[in-house]
Amino acid sequence: MNAVFKIWRGDANGGEFRDYAIEVSEGMVVLDAVHDIQRTQANDLACRWNCKAGKCGSCSAEVNGMPKLMCMTRLSDLPMDKPVRIEPMKAFPIMKDIITDVSWNFRVKKKIKPFKPRPPDAADGTWRMKQQDIDRIEEFRKCIECFLCQDVCHVLRDHRKHDEFIGPRFLVHVAALEMHPLDTEDRIEELRKAQGIGYCNITKCCTKVCPEEIHITDNAIIPLKERVVDRFFDPFGWIWRGLKRRLDRTATANAAAARKV
Amino acid sequence: MAEYETFTHDVLVIGSGGAGLRAAIEASAAGVSVGMVCKCLLGKAHTVMAEGGIAAALANVDDRDNWQVHFADTMRGGQYVNNWRMAELHAKEAPARVRELEAWGAVFDRTEDGRILQRNFGGHKYPRLAHVGDRTGLEMIRTLQDTGVHRGIDVHMEICILTLLKDGNRIAGAFGYDRERGRFKLFRAKAIVLATGGIGKAYKITSNSWDCTGDGHALAYHAGAELIDMEFIQFHPTGMVWPPSVRGMLVTEGVRGEGGILTNNEGKRFMFDAIPDNYRAQTADNAEEGWRYCTGDKNARRPPELLTRDHVARCIVREIKEGRGTPHGGVYLDISWIKEKISNAEEHIKRKLPSMYHQFKALGDIDITKEPMEVGPTTHYIMGGVHVDPDTEMSRVPGLFAAGECAAGINGANRLGGNSLSDLLVFGKRAGEFAARYARDNSLGEVDNRQIDTAVAAALRPFEHETGENPYAVQRDLQELMQHNVGIVRNEQEMQTASEELRKLWDRAGHVGVIGNRDFNPGWHTALDLKSLLTISEAITKAAIERKESRGAQFREDLPNKDEKFSKVNTLVAKAADGSMQVRLEPLPEMPDYLKRVIEEMK
Repeated sequence: MNAVFKIWRGDANGGEFRDYAIEVSEGMVVLDAVHDIQRTQANDLACRWNCKAGKCGSCSAEVNGMPKLMCMTRLSDLPMDKPVRIEPMKAFPIMKDIITDVSWNFRVKKKIKPFKPRPPDAADGTWRMKQQDIDRIEEFRKCIECFLCQDVCHVLRDHRKHDEFIGPRFLVHVAALEMHPLDTEDRIEELRKAQGIGYCNITKCCTKVCPEEIHITDNAIIPLKERVVDRFFDPFGWIWRGLKRRLDRTATANAAAARKV
Repeated sequence: MAEYETFTHDVLVIGSGGAGLRAAIEASAAGVSVGMVCKCLLGKAHTVMAEGGIAAALANVDDRDNWQVHFADTMRGGQYVNNWRMAELHAKEAPARVRELEAWGAVFDRTEDGRILQRNFGGHKYPRLAHVGDRTGLEMIRTLQDTGVHRGIDVHMEICILTLLKDGNRIAGAFGYDRERGRFKLFRAKAIVLATGGIGKAYKITSNSWDCTGDGHALAYHAGAELIDMEFIQFHPTGMVWPPSVRGMLVTEGVRGEGGILTNNEGKRFMFDAIPDNYRAQTADNAEEGWRYCTGDKNARRPPELLTRDHVARCIVREIKEGRGTPHGGVYLDISWIKEKISNAEEHIKRKLPSMYHQFKALGDIDITKEPMEVGPTTHYIMGGVHVDPDTEMSRVPGLFAAGECAAGINGANRLGGNSLSDLLVFGKRAGEFAARYARDNSLGEVDNRQIDTAVAAALRPFEHETGENPYAVQRDLQELMQHNVGIVRNEQEMQTASEELRKLWDRAGHVGVIGNRDFNPGWHTALDLKSLLTISEAITKAAIERKESRGAQFREDLPNKDEKFSKVNTLVAKAADGSMQVRLEPLPEMPDYLKRVIEEMK
């Protein structure tokens, strides 16, 4: 069967859709078509890919307007009587053809406070964790960093709040750290301020495009929002923490005074 | 003179998979400045694909396990041509490396009492693989990546290295280009760690991704290092065979570890008929015992599906060749049958093998909880690689280290599943540690501009003949040639033909042309990768011809038996003074008595 692919060709200075016709066969995915075109008609067609099995998250693009991993998008699931449109993600600067500059994501991640475990539980330096306690974060740790959730998030895609909002991918990352049974770090203040969790108005677009089927909004973002609310907007909590801070300060001051003596 | 940007690091790590990241973390911890070059984006290296687990004798599931048993299993699996010292260090240090990952945030599946759970795998006597479902590689690479970025490592993404630079005998740096714009980059370094992974792209059917082109093997060889064991390529017994576009994609051994069975088109479990003598004592001879083993019965022996990969792959090829294969040219791998044994089989399979379930459902329209998969061998891993000192991982070139799949010694003639991830950690750490030490003890080498000019001229040559041959065509012909002539079943005549054909391919590679400009141009990148692919293909072919016997992963139909003459040697490939590739047999280091006793006791 013959099929036509409309692929965006260009760079940061502009570009256009170009048509490529190829022969397609049973079981093919969009990435196979792109490779075929690259091999036979356009050696310089830029596309990122690695595993071709939905495990590395490199081949993200928009297929017929939907954020997709090209390697997991079967042609048989697309209307092949019309050309298949392939274009780069919109939330990031274009690099060339269907690839974008995703380096912002790596910079964001670097700013998130790393894992900080409690002291080991056993004399041999190991910990004990129940399977049911880690099932929850194993969902988050499935993330392959394809950044499709970032691409579809309107805060980033339409409102370009890249400086104020870390996006669904990194809210999932923070959730994985915050809910890690061994972690002792506190990331709630940053979540509210630097990481801008308030921008998310839970439209769940991120959840819909996640190839790993992580319940990003329900299981990661909403529980984090609750933690922020508990910390900053719960009046009883407020009074208690204020009091506790004062007590802690007094205790620290006393300890310091005692040391001086 | 060529234009390029210069970076200077004490230690430069080339490769960003498990071994590269682990080396970078260790070198950085030693207080030297570290740069890491990734061919792809950070966190996308091939380690991410590893499924089954990390082999380490933690003895959490079976307390009879210890480093001696792991050592003996590794040597037996490697047909005793492994480097004994590497196998010893690996078995002893793997548990600490796994625990360290947990301290850095990795979340492994748990035992009832809350410790790291371990699963069965081929060739391992006891359940030994720490794992997270079937996405252990992702867990490992993400943990290392997230740890590494907070340790002050300078990460250079999407950079390809063209050549290593030397000052006299020792290493002085690396020279390459960024894929984004094709700008040249010079990395000056006191020490370099190669951690570039595998060579799968030299073959047509492979589980490896585009970047597994043997760059580290080739860079080291051209810089004067030696390669050993290049004939030993692991064809993983179970790759997908249908649909055509996913042919070769890995189906984890974990499927068999969880009770999956191999059958032919007559419905027969053919592995029971082919248990080798040296494994007979520890292999089940009936289906019932095999299943009990998979459910954790310590008195049961493992099912024959969990024999070593080289052997299982050959049995599958035999079934297919003799007409007992599936419609698409594979055999059946069935995990759905366990519903006869356990009531919640469907849920169990989805929990234990989530990405396999997803992969077959999404790409092959197969529900593995209900029907069997069709599988066949796929090029997966190379046991051969850079010849290094077992303790320090330094090659013959002073200041040049190698770790992970691009180094050799630990695996001998066949690698056990799970021993790769542990190898990355154990020897990645060692390479980082000793590279940092080398960097502290030595100053920066001088860079010879002539070496750079030569590299630049070669890199830009494809632009000079736009009408030259399509680089993808040369790559495809190379893959066909290696698949056919130096594949899973070999003979002298076909390999001699391959040698001649390789000479022609070298010539064609010198005349490829590319269209477009230097901005992210995959055609150009493919043209430049041909040098690595051709170098390692030549090394594989020469080594395979030199080993005139069948052993482990090398099966020669013209010499189907093991030959005592080759039981204590490695093949060694090196570049001669005249630039030609030379191969010779190198005696194995003599194993000390205390390890010989370990092997004897474990027989």
